[in-house]
Amino acid sequence: MDFQIALLLAQDGITNGAIYALLALALVLVFTVTRVIFIPQGEFVAYGALTLVSLQSGKVPGTLWLLLGLGMVITLVDLSRAVRARKLRRMPSVILFNCVMPLLLAGLLSVVSPATFSLPVQVFITLILVVPLGPMIYRLAFQPIAEASVLVLLIVSVAVHVTLTGLGLFFFGAEGSRTPVFTETSFAIGEASLPGQALLVIVSSLILIVALYFLFERTIYGKALRATAMNRTGARLMGISSSMAGMLSFALAGLIGTFSGILISPITTLYYDSGFLIGLKGFVGAIIGGLASYPVAAIGALLVGLLESYSSFWASAFKEVIVFTLIIPVLLWRSLTTRHVEEEP
Amino acid sequence: MNLSLDSVDPEEKPLVLEVRDLSVSYGKVEAVHHINLKINKGEIVTVIGPNGAGKTTLLCALMGLQPACGEIIYFGKTQGADRRVEKRVRQGMTLVPEKRELFGEMSVRDNLLLGAFDRYRVGHRDALETMDQVFDIFPRLQERCEQMASTLSGGERQMLAMGRALMAKPKLLMLDEPSLGLAPLIIKEIFHTVAELKKTGVSILLVEQNARAALQVADYGYVLETGEISLEGPSRDLVNDKRVIESYLGLSVRHGS
Ligand SMILES: Nc1ncnc2c1ncn2[C@@H]1O[C@H](COP(=O)(O)OP(=O)(O)OP(=O)(O)O)[C@@H](O)[C@H]1O
Ligand SMILES: [Mg+2]
Repeated sequence: MDFQIALLLAQDGITNGAIYALLALALVLVFTVTRVIFIPQGEFVAYGALTLVSLQSGKVPGTLWLLLGLGMVITLVDLSRAVRARKLRRMPSVILFNCVMPLLLAGLLSVVSPATFSLPVQVFITLILVVPLGPMIYRLAFQPIAEASVLVLLIVSVAVHVTLTGLGLFFFGAEGSRTPVFTETSFAIGEASLPGQALLVIVSSLILIVALYFLFERTIYGKALRATAMNRTGARLMGISSSMAGMLSFALAGLIGTFSGILISPITTLYYDSGFLIGLKGFVGAIIGGLASYPVAAIGALLVGLLESYSSFWASAFKEVIVFTLIIPVLLWRSLTTRHVEEEP
Repeated sequence: MNLSLDSVDPEEKPLVLEVRDLSVSYGKVEAVHHINLKINKGEIVTVIGPNGAGKTTLLCALMGLQPACGEIIYFGKTQGADRRVEKRVRQGMTLVPEKRELFGEMSVRDNLLLGAFDRYRVGHRDALETMDQVFDIFPRLQERCEQMASTLSGGERQMLAMGRALMAKPKLLMLDEPSLGLAPLIIKEIFHTVAELKKTGVSILLVEQNARAALQVADYGYVLETGEISLEGPSRDLVNDKRVIESYLGLSVRHGS
């Protein structure tokens, strides 16, 4: 391996690692706030990318029907509860978010061919089509069993993952696709060249990570999320409802997943079921951070990306094996070094 | 505030909280049986009783942390069974729990800030001014502003828990054993603060093991034993009650009131 190749592999590893880092952060966020191990995190990546592909080829993406369907179910569930409790005050916003908005989108996409929109508009539409699925899934699948054990939540999480993968096949078909590159520019670093798309992925991921940092450290809603993660009872006593925190964390996870999918759509051919493997690599990063530490999870995920990239050069047939066996020494190291804390006083 | 008062006694102050026939169970075991309790506006009411009497359980039920049977009437409105903690916080109830439940990995300042979370949500952006008021009451917190809550001493934690509760500008402040595990000097300080808080018009429900100190600051007291109220009355009567003296104050009573 000469220096040139090493550099190329590093660039590849960092680009993928940046995406894994984003997903790892989302997994840590969702787990600490809701105790859900969010297996479907990767589905948002696939949905995001494939929705953008559909839009660019002028098709109405299947995710629109999912959005409409989930929105209807949530509206019905909330409406029946509100009528029984005779509290209709919050219904207008529920209907607006779950029914009116998806219907408006459906109307827009059936009138105008989405292929005619510019790229930023297509990206924006992709985001508003896919991101709300996060809080909707939380509302329907996880909020009703919020007090259940981690294992039960994990089982439901797997069920949601299987369902979303199946729907993905139905919506997008079995063949893989990718979008045209967002930018053709490429930068020369010494003798190597850095494609603009890779730089875009890295810079956008960094920006998102910094934005998340500010959200958690500087805004009261971010602090409320951290508070819920640290001490659920304490947070509830401050009026931070666990379901609000759950919705918010799932919305962020949806945003991070969709955003990642959009970013990598020009550099990777994605299939309806590619999300799982990508999410799993983020998960390895999150495990390195003990599903608790954001910085360690991000760095871990970056290492996963690099390891994957170099092992694809040395032993390409075993690249997944190498990446996933990383989890064994990590778990060993963690179980030896961390004190087991079940419940903090 | 629309107060529907049952009583027509002109001497009576408006009711903040009325609890009727409240029972709380853990599974099949009933920990609190058919309790009745009243708190008037601007009053300190104390509930004293031995370990395991059900005091914490009572507070959890009032706050909505624990499902309960019976009626909880807050400012004239019955709290439905489905009432969740967050709604009670919104209406001005605040609990300083026995375990404090601080956010350990956050600074003192952030802990306080989150105390005002619900006020912020409904549009009050006065958290910093409220924080200054809290610092006036607990100057120690200001010194420790940037320190992580988990590294505070026991007394400082208690101050932070109370300060955080005050950030919500409660109408009814419920304190679960504020003197738990503290040195006598700090206990004195804490009770002094409770008495000072009363002057700001907040109603206080004070649960205590330290019966003497609690009865000294309170206007009215209840004695809770094995989940039932065995005795109640104005606290100056209770401190002179033989049963209270024997069980809770020890024999050598030297009280101030
Ligand atoms: N989660 C629980 N599950 C089952 N029983 C419980 C639970 N919490 C409390 N109890 C029981 O309910 C009774 C009342 O407990 P509670 O904590 O309310 O007492 P307390 O008056 O606050 O006591 P202390 O002064 O020691 O704090 C006790 O017998 C206790 O064992
Ligand atoms: Mg107790």
